Amino acid sequence: MTVDASRGAADAPPELVQLLTPEGERVEHPDYDIDLTPDEVRSLYRDLVLVRRVDLEAVALQRQGELGIWASLLGQEAAQIGSGRALTDVDMAFPTYREHGVAWCRDVDPVKLLGLFRGVNHGGWDPKEHNFHLYTIVIGSQTLHAVGYAMGIQRDDATAATIVYFGDGATSQGDVNESFIWASVFNAPIVFFCQNNQWAISEPLEKQTRIPLYRRASGFGFPGIRVDGNDVFACLAVTRKALEAARTGQGPTLIEAFTYRMGAHTTTDDPTRYRVASELEAWKLKDPIERVKAYLFKNELADQAFFDSIDAEADQLGADLRRRCLAMPDPEPLDIFDHVYSEPHALIEQERAQFAAYLEGFER
Amino acid sequence: MTVMSLSKALNEGMRKAMEDDSKVLIMGEDVGKLGGVFRVTDGLQKDFGEDRVIDTPLAESGIVGTAIGLALRGYRPVCEIQFDGFVFPAADQIITQLAKMPMRSLGAIKLPVVVRIPCGGGIGAVEHHSESPEAYFTHTAGLRVVACSNPADAYTMIQQAIRSDDPVLFFEPKRRYWEKADIDTTSTDWWTPLHAAKVVREGTGATLLAYGPMVKTCLEAATAAEDEGRSLEVIDLRSLNPLDEPVIMNSVRRTGRVVVVHEAPVNSGFGAELAARITERCFYHLEAPVLRVGGFSTPYPPSKLEEHYLPDLDRVLDAVDRAFGY
Repeated sequence: MTVDASRGAADAPPELVQLLTPEGERVEHPDYDIDLTPDEVRSLYRDLVLVRRVDLEAVALQRQGELGIWASLLGQEAAQIGSGRALTDVDMAFPTYREHGVAWCRDVDPVKLLGLFRGVNHGGWDPKEHNFHLYTIVIGSQTLHAVGYAMGIQRDDATAATIVYFGDGATSQGDVNESFIWASVFNAPIVFFCQNNQWAISEPLEKQTRIPLYRRASGFGFPGIRVDGNDVFACLAVTRKALEAARTGQGPTLIEAFTYRMGAHTTTDDPTRYRVASELEAWKLKDPIERVKAYLFKNELADQAFFDSIDAEADQLGADLRRRCLAMPDPEPLDIFDHVYSEPHALIEQERAQFAAYLEGFER
Repeated sequence: MTVMSLSKALNEGMRKAMEDDSKVLIMGEDVGKLGGVFRVTDGLQKDFGEDRVIDTPLAESGIVGTAIGLALRGYRPVCEIQFDGFVFPAADQIITQLAKMPMRSLGAIKLPVVVRIPCGGGIGAVEHHSESPEAYFTHTAGLRVVACSNPADAYTMIQQAIRSDDPVLFFEPKRRYWEKADIDTTSTDWWTPLHAAKVVREGTGATLLAYGPMVKTCLEAATAAEDEGRSLEVIDLRSLNPLDEPVIMNSVRRTGRVVVVHEAPVNSGFGAELAARITERCFYHLEAPVLRVGGFSTPYPPSKLEEHYLPDLDRVLDAVDRAFGY
């Protein structure tokens, strides 16, 4: 079946908020600006480099059999660091399973991210401690949790916002569309942060939508905006503004961070089966880290010693992560029965006792 | 003592829970001004406001999904699913999130969410309004599943479910909403723990196991059996997960005969779990196989046929006859 691409398509070409070009040039935008000190820019650069290093190390650990699987964030560092650094302590973030960069911004120890992928637990941090929810694997489910949480903020009369992450594929899920409706109807303090990385495993964006994703927001009754997802300045500026709108009672915003999944969907995926190499090459030129480096160089805000020191810190972080991953204790068999319920449960206790007795039989 | 219908008892139970704890919220379709299609939440929005009794958009996954988020923020939402057959859009949130998130968090997260589901047939309704989907949820670890059968239990169990730190699926027998009973609202001394089964009629010849709408049917069957000289014990399970095994097994060891009765189809129904457990625990006490009476292995029929589909006094007694025939 052929699809007439023009039918139902939006009239105007999509607009993209960009504050830093791929060549590292600062550009102005009438609605979004950002005033960063040199220290702040250097700090963003450090974040970008370090989360890429965490990701690289995790991919290597998977290749060596130390992780069962890993979902790489390669290429999406700016979207995650920019939005993650826009959050304040009181804001709450709901991730998918790929938000390692946001986790970094919320001070979640990277080794804790590995537990899920190594198979020692299903999620190893306390969400309340970091205001960073657990990774959610079912696509889009967390968008409703985030809206509910935002409704709780309203009922607490608190000044805080919620941000929820999801991908282009998730926008086809019923839960995501329901969350848009709920957020709109209740004017919930939430930012929908969609990282459109162009691919939902093997399915390109055209399999999910006929219009640019950010334009879907207007149908639900709140603003949508497309930002250069590889531009950390723009992601920071746009997310900050949307969070502020949420905190001040102006309701939800949909941000579409236009980016690219440079790696595979996960380490089990083989993108050469469904996408052409030239596409990857084109996006390499838009790398989120190189443009910040170019900006720092051009404006003489950092010297080679600075870049070397960040690289050295990244190496150390990677080595440390590897060491601590390998040292992660395996769970005990009876841990299966822990935390299924918060209150005592007769059947769980019965099965725990039976299994313990069974295991003891082998030890005698 | 106050005379209350089962629906009013639920209403009063929720009202009490809301008075006791400002974090308790009600949410669902038409639960506000209308008071719910069965009027179970009647008057609550008027008294507690729109922020605590929330008329939601018409999407069940959204109701349960946002309830989870509210619980993460410290609230105790009570969701109403309007009819049993409409719980399935929410099944994903219930099964993949509500049931599993506490374990996923290694205990850091508690989800005190109640999902109320009016269930069962017998009210002459159209398709999707008469189902008994409890076994889908008893199969899911992480959920507590309970079913009230009478006004007094409705009043106490809904309050206990709201106080539970675990998610509770709360099945309400919709054709019993209008049954009335005296309830003592001044004391909690008479309350039974949420997950305890109750022997609601003592007997010696056989044990009838039921929950929700079938408890009344079984009690009527036991009365009729008495006229024929048979003494039947009736147990109201009240809780399907966890199951109060000691009460069940003590009875079975005394009577040696068991008939399980539920409206849901017999095939892979909750009765299968009961039969298996009883056989494992009480094999040498059994005089007959555990027999099951329930719906047929068909979709719920049009309402003109529901009296044939639903277990009634005669079908229960027929099974009792068979149990005594071994």
